[in-house]
Amino acid sequence: MNEYAVTVIGHDRPGIIADVAEILARLGLNLTDSTMTRLRGHFAMTLVCAGPPSAEEIDAALEPLTVDRTLLVSVRGVVEEPAYEPSGSHHVLTLHGADRLGIVATVARAVAEAGGNITDLTTRLSGSLYVVVAEVDVADPDALGVALRSVAQRLGVEVTLRPADADLL
Amino acid sequence: MTGAVRTVVRAPAEVLGTPSEPVDPTAPEILQLAEDLVATMRVSPGCVGLAAPQVGVGAQVFAVDVTGHPKARTVHGELVLCNARIVEASQWQKGREGCMSVPDLTGDVKRANRLVVAGFAPGGTEEIEITTDAFEARALQHEIDHCAGLLFLDRVAGAHAVYARKVYLE
Repeated sequence: MNEYAVTVIGHDRPGIIADVAEILARLGLNLTDSTMTRLRGHFAMTLVCAGPPSAEEIDAALEPLTVDRTLLVSVRGVVEEPAYEPSGSHHVLTLHGADRLGIVATVARAVAEAGGNITDLTTRLSGSLYVVVAEVDVADPDALGVALRSVAQRLGVEVTLRPADADLL
Repeated sequence: MTGAVRTVVRAPAEVLGTPSEPVDPTAPEILQLAEDLVATMRVSPGCVGLAAPQVGVGAQVFAVDVTGHPKARTVHGELVLCNARIVEASQWQKGREGCMSVPDLTGDVKRANRLVVAGFAPGGTEEIEITTDAFEARALQHEIDHCAGLLFLDRVAGAHAVYARKVYLE
């Protein structure tokens, strides 16, 4: 079974998901993990799918969606990854403050240098307010907390790091 | 004394990220601030609570009124508290909340569904205790957070727990 990474991004309109998913289903591709959302009015799909066709066949099947130039599509074969093994404990990092260049770069570098692994991250720009929420697996949250306080001071933003809620019901 | 409507501060603003100072609940300027918070809350559609940092004042004072809110159970009506602190908190539940200082976003935040809060009424010299639950408990915790320099954004449950309130394409 071949595994593929497919991205679709462009002008939002009703029916993008239906169009893409139908084409993939007709090719016998099983859609596995995906995120599909609007980012500042652009619609963005990132998905992993698996099935028999070649990357060229998928590309050709999706090509009609790009003819009016409102959607960008990319298809790449990927190697199947082993199941994710979390390292350390799961935390939620939040940052908010005045928008400026390099906030994500600075905070992500601090997380990486503290040995933390960002497993999910979203950002929002709302007026001049910039918000980052990241989920981080980290073995030494105290050390990361110290590093983040210094980042917060340098960027003039508020940063918090809290253990993620792990309740199972 | 009648309250004046003050301008609500929006994030990012330093006052919203700074812990506020305790106040003298009997001081004339605190009585005026309490009236102003109520007046500002009353003229703001959908506003069920307002803390002093949200009008640019770093003081531990807030107003709450969840009367008529569909998610409220226990309702104390108009509540104004100075130097409030949480005495007991239990039955944590996730719920969506917004904030006048973060007008375009909402977020899922875990809050205690049962709550005991202690604080001083404006002009009061004895600490009073308020026992409440559900939406009034959530509102009180949100306002106490403001007085500690925290926004709901500091407590959102995860990377996909912040939502845009407005639609971008219109």
